[in-house]
Amino acid sequence: MDKAILLVEDNPDDEALTLRALKKNNIKNEVVIAHDGAEALDYLFGTGKYAGRNTDVLPQVVLLDLKLPKVEGLEVLRRVRADKRTKLLPVVILTSSNEEQDRIDGYGLGANSYVRKPVDFNQFIDAARHLGLYWLILNEPPPSRRS
Amino acid sequence: MPRITHRSITKKLTRMNMLVSGAALCIACVAFVAYDLVSFRQAMVYNLSIQAQMAGSNSVSPLLFNDPQAAENTLSALKAAPNVISAGIYTLDGRPFATYWRDRNGQGQMLPKVPATQTEAHWFKDGQLVLVRTIVFEGKPTGTVYIRSDLREMTHRLKRYAGIAAIVLSASLIAALLVASIFQRAVAEPIVHLAEIARTVSREKSYGMRATPTGKRDEPDILIGAFNEMLGQIQERDGALQQAHDELERRVEERTAQLAAANKELEAFSYSVSHDLRAPLRSIDGFSMALLEDYADRLDEEGKVHLQRIRAATQRMGMLIDDLLNLSRMTRAEIRKETVNLSSLARSVAEGLQEAQPERRIDFRIEDRLEATADPRLVRVVLENLLGNACKFTSKKTSACIEFGKTRQNGNSAYFVRDNGAGFDPAYANRLFGAFQRLHGATEFPGTGIGLATVQRIIHRHGGQIWAEGAVEKGATFYFNL
Repeated sequence: MDKAILLVEDNPDDEALTLRALKKNNIKNEVVIAHDGAEALDYLFGTGKYAGRNTDVLPQVVLLDLKLPKVEGLEVLRRVRADKRTKLLPVVILTSSNEEQDRIDGYGLGANSYVRKPVDFNQFIDAARHLGLYWLILNEPPPSRRS
Repeated sequence: MPRITHRSITKKLTRMNMLVSGAALCIACVAFVAYDLVSFRQAMVYNLSIQAQMAGSNSVSPLLFNDPQAAENTLSALKAAPNVISAGIYTLDGRPFATYWRDRNGQGQMLPKVPATQTEAHWFKDGQLVLVRTIVFEGKPTGTVYIRSDLREMTHRLKRYAGIAAIVLSASLIAALLVASIFQRAVAEPIVHLAEIARTVSREKSYGMRATPTGKRDEPDILIGAFNEMLGQIQERDGALQQAHDELERRVEERTAQLAAANKELEAFSYSVSHDLRAPLRSIDGFSMALLEDYADRLDEEGKVHLQRIRAATQRMGMLIDDLLNLSRMTRAEIRKETVNLSSLARSVAEGLQEAQPERRIDFRIEDRLEATADPRLVRVVLENLLGNACKFTSKKTSACIEFGKTRQNGNSAYFVRDNGAGFDPAYANRLFGAFQRLHGATEFPGTGIGLATVQRIIHRHGGQIWAEGAVEKGATFYFNL
């Protein structure tokens, strides 16, 4: 069964464009969208809006934006890495910022990858393709807790 | 606190005292003694003359009556004068008539001649006084009296005077010493005290000390007063200096804090720019693209071209934002200087450039063993920009030749990057390094015009200069030093 992609993105335009890019690349995995950091954590840990969700089922990869309302991207990352259940979850930081400090913090907190969102949409589609190819097909995900 | 011994000033004072009193006394003594001796001599001569006269007049009769015995008796009366060594009466023709000797053993003697004009003559010879007198009776010379006296009394007198002088001199020298010791309290002590204080102050730099004034209102006191005043002034000035220094430090701290705050603000601004400005650009580009793709059949050529232009513009803005961010980062970045091997750095950059355009044959000529003291990351940016530009502007030439080396210009050494590409019109050379200034249209060569501005910023931060030479279609050379 295809695993889901968790896209954590607050900007509706970016959300639409990312979905479009994924579609253009024939990536048919389910895309779960969290519009802020709190929603992302709710989904991953089965709380709040997603209370009762089976938390053993985790997405194959998390595409995480950094600037999020309520709970910031890096804080989400920190919590994800701190919890036994989600410690090994692949997280790709997908953001506009190329500031050195963000990269330092991102990798420092245990992100698996850091991709800068290009302005040119063609490049964006390319980037989506590469991400899809790598994280969904080539990369071996960590074993799930019960499967 | 070790006392400076008073030797120098006090010694001088003592010596001075002793010299003065000694000299005065010596002169006085010598004068008195000399005068006394002279008068004593005169007295002696006078006495001897009287004795001669008396002996002479008493010897007239014995001479006339040829009675030597009587003459000798007269002469023997001279025994009463202990200074007379010998005496003699001589006849007119110089024969001894009668003699007297004080001491038993007598010697023969020559009767010295009395000069014709005088009745009497005397002279001092061999420590004796000799007196010769013509005996005159009724105006006619009858004989000669001869008396010889020793100078014992005079010598004795002289010795006594010497003794007294010695005692007086010693006494006065002792007095001089005493006076000096009193003087030193008044004169030397305040000066010595001042010297001590000055030495201590100078050695320990403790300008709070003061010398104690003597209160006597003489020159040493004036000196002490002035000295204390000067110390006071030094203290004041020190205090003011310290205050100014502290004030300056405080201000520097303030400025540094302000600078740090400004930098932080700039960082936050850059962060915001890099994030928030790009997101809408993405939307514009993305949805223009979406329009182009999804509604291609409902758009005519012109519509499609409009959308292409929209996309091109947004992408260009993206590049501009990136370049500006870079420039700002170069200005803010800390410079950490170390020894950088420019040759190997240039080669690495050149390799990267060649790899990015494998279809082109670019001839890189890089001088060996070029080193400089600079921040390696920033210098890499400089080389990437300059060599990258050279690559870009030689893209239309069939064979591109790019050199990097070191040369001498105007007597100073400078590094240079030379290419044989499109060059530039030297008339516009002053615009080369302005931000976003370009001397070529976007259609000729791509670029935002920020590369050289960035390079210039970096070179200036290293304290160096950058300038360029070139001609249209004849290539360009960029010189810089660090």
